[in-house]
This record gives sequence, structure tokens and C-alpha cells, in this order.
Amino acid sequence: MEPTDTKNPDYFHKVVDCQWACPAHTDVPQYIRMIAQGRFGDAYMVNRESNVFPGILGRVCDRPCEPACRRGRVDDKPVAICRLKRVAADFREDISHRLPTAPEEKNGKRVACIGAGCASLTVANDLMPLGYEVTIFERFDKAGGLMRTNIPSFRLPENVLDEEMNAIVDMGVDLRLNHEVTSMKALLDEGYDAVFVGTGAPRGKELNLPGRHDTDRIHIGIDWLESVAFKHVDQIGERVLIIGVGNTAMDCCRTSLRLGANDVKVMARKPRDFFKASEWELEDAEEENVEIVINHFPKAFVVEDGQLKGMTFDLMEYDIEDGRIVDSHVVKEVFVPCDDVVLAIGQENAFPWIERDIGIEFNDWDMPEVDRTTFQCSRPGVFFGGDSAWGPENIIWAVAHGHEAAVSIHRHCMGEDINERLPRGMNLQSTKMGLHEWSFSNAFDGSERRLVPQVGLQERFKNIDIEVELGFTMEQFTVEVERCLNCDIQTVFAAPKCIECDACIDVCPTHCLTITHNGEEADLRTRLSAPAENLEQQLFVSEPLIHTGRVMVKDEDQCVHCGLCAERCPTAAWDMQKSLVHVPKAEDQPTPADVSPERKAG
Amino acid sequence: MSFMRKPDVVHSRAPKNDLGLTRRDYEGGMSTLCAGCGHDAITAAIIESFWSLNVEPHRVVKMSGIGCSSKTPAYFLSDAHGINSVHGRMPSIAAGANAANRDLHYIGVSGDGDSLSIGYGQLAHALRRNLNMLYIIENNGVYGLTKGQFSASADLGTKAKKGDINEQPPIDPVIACIAMGGTFVARGFSGDKAQLVPLIQAGLKHKGFALIDVLSPCVTFNDHEDSTKSYAHTRQFYHPAIHADFIAPAEPIRAAYEKGEAMEVELFDGSFIRLRKVREGYDPTDRSKALTYLNEYMAKGEIITGLMYWEKSTPDLHSIARTSETPLSKLDYGRLSPGAGKLAKIQERYR
Repeated sequence: MEPTDTKNPDYFHKVVDCQWACPAHTDVPQYIRMIAQGRFGDAYMVNRESNVFPGILGRVCDRPCEPACRRGRVDDKPVAICRLKRVAADFREDISHRLPTAPEEKNGKRVACIGAGCASLTVANDLMPLGYEVTIFERFDKAGGLMRTNIPSFRLPENVLDEEMNAIVDMGVDLRLNHEVTSMKALLDEGYDAVFVGTGAPRGKELNLPGRHDTDRIHIGIDWLESVAFKHVDQIGERVLIIGVGNTAMDCCRTSLRLGANDVKVMARKPRDFFKASEWELEDAEEENVEIVINHFPKAFVVEDGQLKGMTFDLMEYDIEDGRIVDSHVVKEVFVPCDDVVLAIGQENAFPWIERDIGIEFNDWDMPEVDRTTFQCSRPGVFFGGDSAWGPENIIWAVAHGHEAAVSIHRHCMGEDINERLPRGMNLQSTKMGLHEWSFSNAFDGSERRLVPQVGLQERFKNIDIEVELGFTMEQFTVEVERCLNCDIQTVFAAPKCIECDACIDVCPTHCLTITHNGEEADLRTRLSAPAENLEQQLFVSEPLIHTGRVMVKDEDQCVHCGLCAERCPTAAWDMQKSLVHVPKAEDQPTPADVSPERKAG
Repeated sequence: MSFMRKPDVVHSRAPKNDLGLTRRDYEGGMSTLCAGCGHDAITAAIIESFWSLNVEPHRVVKMSGIGCSSKTPAYFLSDAHGINSVHGRMPSIAAGANAANRDLHYIGVSGDGDSLSIGYGQLAHALRRNLNMLYIIENNGVYGLTKGQFSASADLGTKAKKGDINEQPPIDPVIACIAMGGTFVARGFSGDKAQLVPLIQAGLKHKGFALIDVLSPCVTFNDHEDSTKSYAHTRQFYHPAIHADFIAPAEPIRAAYEKGEAMEVELFDGSFIRLRKVREGYDPTDRSKALTYLNEYMAKGEIITGLMYWEKSTPDLHSIARTSETPLSKLDYGRLSPGAGKLAKIQERYR
């Protein structure tokens, strides 16, 4: 293998699995260390810089970081990253003076955002401080998008949502509520310098089976949740069937329990391994005694005299090979009685309000063609982000889209090429404080993952607004923070200093290091101290060592960043250095003023 | 040294031996030696050897005398039996323990001071008795624990850290031990585990006294320029002469070799050592030729390593002294302590 180019910011970035997996690249280990130091406000601001909504995401993020967490590979359960984010929000001191502000003097550019959800709000968050005049159009009388309409208040309290949204709106965003955009053409004619579409995926999928339209007791999940959120609906029958087993289905079943249902079944077509819902959302629903019924394929709604009696299903049997269904057959038909049915089988985006002759091209699936890097559609100056770009994802993806779209909008408005974006950067700084002292907690803490306390099962159903999760206590999070392996404190190797004494190799608790003759990656992976079978994890290969010409190889997979390699190195060839990834945002992009001759001369 | 304990975390796919143990199960306490000490690499080689031989840690006795080297038994096999003896007197303790229980694996770790100065006589007699044990000399040419004075193995002309030149000739433990009648004499280097591990494995299986002199640079007092026991110097003048592969009894690999290129020698328990000649003209089964060769090349400053001499015809201590085949701890009380009557009878024989 060629010597690893650690100057490429992506190498060390990938070592920080959580940060690499986070679409918005939140600096997780950094904020966890700040929590450990009691710097809650700082931890909140580190979060806010990347993910904008720490309090919201600390409750309802889909947490792609946690399955990626290295701790999950060495110790079964990942660090409770998401709930530590909430700790930063819950325990922070007043940070209002640290929030971004918009300058008095505007830059003369006007940007329209359609839909007041997380994507548009992120665009506004990034552009307002640069002097833009941002207008957000929202069809409902409250902002928030799906965060308000689809996430029940027992998971995300309204005051948390309002506070973090207002931090953006209060910069002076022109928020036009009850203003549904019905014609893109008309909006474009208003002469905005850029338009951002952040309208989400607002259309719930239908299930057109016999009897579907013979009763009013069959509801589309996301529409029904929306009606509950706006208090238009406050009750449901005692027996409820939820069709579908994604995260929306979990919100529907738990909401039903709070509106009067006492027998809620989630009907899944396939076995559990094929569920779309996140494991923790399934657990939360099951704890509330929701029954999850597998292998039931919906067949018909049974309606008698306009009254819903129940549903019939085909009971399925599946042949599964290597985790894939290869064949299926119907065992029998079953009838399940119910009073209401909620359909939660997916959602899609829809753009009936975008004219097809204004230069915005749509693909074969009637979706706009959107560039994956710039988020611009085929019409210059029009950008898409969040679920409206490529279909349903999660809040954290919408935030990431918003940041990148803001970069594009800024470059577009400044007359720069939107494709010439700044590259990511990486800074490294030694954490050595003394002979055996590092500026991070390098000892491995074997504690098990802490469980977040919840309101009791009796208490929580009294009111739909009672937040079920209480958040970590001080005693809990002080343990949980120590479970973090500090993956951003990198093991940095200087080949010319190595005397090949093997001290680092011998002391490494997880056998990450090997000195051996170089070879191709596939061959090298078979010759390392511990089996390097996780191909998703990188190998570090040094320059040839001076004594023997062999190379130092590190398998990043299960390094616990304890720093013993560096402590044991007699020549300081290893050092523990904190990496700081810089993901450029709109504010980092050079503006014409930055590169003008006068500025250079000054 | 490190103040932190080695984390109690094991690689999720860490290989396990036939006993279901990982290498981590063969570790001891955290080393308090200097960072980069060759002794720590030898410790790792010992751990690797016992792990791959599937030896149960509690079936091992580890012994040492005094010195940096003699601290190392604390750093491997924390489940083993051990004793840290008086300076240079480890062979006597080993002889006693050996006589009492021949079923255990005996490993002694000593240094150039402990073995070649204060304990030189002890070493010679352990060798003469062909005590069944593995004896490792961690050889760095200096007294590290007392701040770096030359030891008896310091080479002529080597320079101390503060500039003194050594003017006394060294005792070479390999030449000395072959001459004194050693039955398994090897030299390794802490920086070459590929060579050292099979030597330790074979030494543990050798029936008799197996001595391995391991060059083990002292990073603090003897790793500078003009030192002949530094990492850099050792690597530069390092010449493996005979490579020994250890082949466990269960392993079927018996590749055919050209005559003279490799030879396989059977150990007492059905395992083999395969000796591969790396340098022409070396014969590890001929005592006088081996000595001639070593003397000739050592005079040129070459560091000849590998299994330097091996033979299995000399009986070990157990056969000569007819020690109990059953460990004394397993003998029933009547046999172990035959009583005053028996004692009186024995005494009668000498009146």
C-alpha cells in the first residue's frame, strides 16, 4: 500500500465514526468532552454550529451516529450520543448572547424559502448573519414543518421546538404564516435572488384496498398526526390498527394510546428483521404495550353499513436466505376487528404547485432533478433541500442539506461558481501535557450504557403533552460521557522517529498495531496482529521505517484511543493529537469583497 | 512506564487458543520499565509463546533474581506461580521447585548482571545439572537499575552514555554456555519476534536446560551512538544463522527439504523444531564447530543469532537425580512423610 496521506482531511475525519456518519458532521467527541467538563453552553454551541437544533435533535434525531459509534464495536452498546446532546440543551446556561445575529446593513439580496421546516430554517440560520433578507412561506399558522405536525408532543415538547426555531426567526426572518405557495412561477416573478424549496414530503401513501373509502375511520398517518398536533382531533376508537412499521407508525400507535385507544396493534407485513422503524422507537412503543404483529399482509377493510368492523389480512410465511426474502406463501386469511385504522406506509413529496414549463426539469418519477452537491435544480437560482429534494429522510439530513444549499445560494448571489466550493479542512493539535498526562480522559471506562429515565406508564398517558423521556440526570451523564472513546484524539505517527522497539505494539490493548513488510491491502489485512476483517475501517500505513524498511500498520477498527502507544513510545514517534474537522459553511465562502484588489492591498 | 492500567477491553475478534483464551489472558501487571525497553518486547514474546502453545497459565512457574530483567515476570502470566529470588540465586530456587514438581513449565528470566556477574556460578551449575527449564537472559550490556554502568557482557570498545570506553572483554553467554555443556543454547533479539517466539516455544519444550540470550536494548542507558547494544547497532550487525521454526505435535506440515538446507529435530513430546540454515557453514549439532564459528564471526563484530547449539542425549536433572515423577504436592501423606521410624532406618545406614 502507498503510505497513508493523513493530510487529506477525510482520513482522520473517518476515524471519528460518529462525526463521519452524521450528515451535518457534528463534532460529537468535542461536545461530549465539554459536557464532562461542565461546559454545557459550549457543548450546546458546538452542536448548534453543525446541527442547528440540539434540543430538538437531542430528543428525536434518528442518530446515524450511534450505529457507527466505535464503542458499539468494542463493547456492544454505543455511547448514548443523542441523549448527551439533550444534556447539553437541558443543562446549558443562558446562551442567547452567543446566538448569531443579523447585521443592520443588508447585502441587498433577497431569498425566498418555501416551507418553514428544518431545511428552510437552516438556510435562514446560515444566510441571515451574512446580511440576506430571507422570507419563509408557511402554509400552516405555525412554523416547524414536520417537527411540529408529525412528531408528537410527548416526544418533542412545543416549548423546545419554539425556542430553537425562534432563535433563527428572531434574527429578522420575514416569516409569512398561512401563506401557501400555489405557483412557483408567480413566486419567481417576484424577483428573489434565490429560491429554496423545503416543503418536505407531505403526502402520505394510500392503501387502495376494498372498502377504503366506505368509512371515515381510516386515516392517513401523517395527516392524522398533523390534525392531532393542531388539536383538530382529540380522540380515537378503543381498538386501533396501524398499518406499516416505520417510525411514523410508532408515533401513530403511541399517539392513539393517548387519545383513548387501549388495544393498539401495529400490523407488519414482514418479520422483525425487515422493519423500517429504528430499534429504539420499536422498544419505546412495545414498552407502552403496543402489540407488533408480524407477517400480516393487508387484504381488505371490512365495512358494514358504513361502519368499520375490522380488516382482513393474509397470514404470510417467508423463506429467508442470507437475510433476504426469497419466497413467500399465504398460510390463511385472518380477520382482525378494529374501530380505526391508521395508514403509515410511507410518504412522498409532491409538487403540483410547480409549473412544468419554467425551466425546472422533472425526472421519470415526477421528481425535480436536483444536483447532489449543490442542491440546485435545472433552473439556476432554485434550490431544493430536506425531504423535498430526494424523498423522506430525517431532520439531521434536512439540516445538512440546508447548510450546503446555503453555501450554494451565497455563491450564486455573489456571482461565484456554485460548484467551486471550499474543500474541508483539518487541524491537528497535540494533547500532550506531560510524561503521562494528556488533555483528555484517556483511560478506558468499562461502564455500561446508561438508560434514560422515563415517566411511569400510569402517569404518561394522562395528557398527550407529557414528555415521556426525562433526560439524563447529572449522575447518569457523568458516567455516560466517560464511555466516549475520544476518537477525535488521533494517533499520529512519525515514521522517521521510530526505532522499531515494538513497545506500542505490545502495549496496545486491542492489537491495532503491526510492524511488517508492506503489501497490497488485501494481503496486509491477513498479516496484522488482530483480524482486520472490518473492511469499512481504514488501515493506516506509514512511510518505510528507517532501520528495516518495514512499515507501521494500524487497523483503525477497534482502537480505543487510550494513548498507551504514545505513552510507551521512547522517541515520541506516536503522539495523540486532537483533530478538528472544518466543514465550510456559507459564512466561510469567499465573497467578492474578500478577493477585491483593495481588500488585498489593505 | 505508564501510570495508567492497560484498559480491560479486548478486540471483539481477538483470536482464541485451544483453551478459549486470548493473548490478553496471558498478560501480567502493567510494566514499570522505561518506555521502549527491549524487556517489554521479550515479555510480549513470552506471552505469545505460552498462548500459542496452549499452556494453562497456572501450570507455569516463573522465577527471577534481581535487576530490570528480573522485574519482568510480574508483567506476564499473572495466573502463574512465581518467585523473585535473591540476586543471582534464581537457578537454586528453580532446582528446588523442579525437584518438587516436574509437571509444571519452568521459566526463569534473568539479566546480564544477574547471570554473568553475581549469579555466574549458579548459571553454570544449573547448566551442568541440565535443569529442565527455560532460562532467558535479557542482555543489554549495562546495569540499568543502578544508572548504566558496564555489565559483564559489555563489548570491548563500546561507549557508555557519558563517554567512558569499556576496556574489559565481555563474557558471551552463548559461547560460555555451549562450552560449559549446554544442551539448548540460542541467541535472539527483542526486536525480532518472528525469530524469538519459536525459540521460546522450542526452549519450553526442550527436555533439559534451554538458554536463550536475548539482546534487549536499554533505551535509557545504552541506546546511543557508539553503543554496541543499541537498536540501531544490533540491526546493522544482526545475522540470523539458523532459523528455528517450532512445529506443534498436532501440526502435520512436514515439507521436504533439500539435504543440508533444513533439518527437523523431534522434541520429547512429539513436537518438532525445523532448523533452516540462513548462513552457510553453521552446524548447530556440532559443539566444537559451533564454537569455532561463533568465535570467528564474533571477532568480526557480527551478531550471530538463532538456535546455536542443540543436543538431546544428555540426561536432565530428573533422570540423574531420580526425582519423584508424581509432584510432591500430589503424594499421599504417608509417602511424603514416611515417619520417624523410616528416618531412623536411613540414619542407621550412615552410622
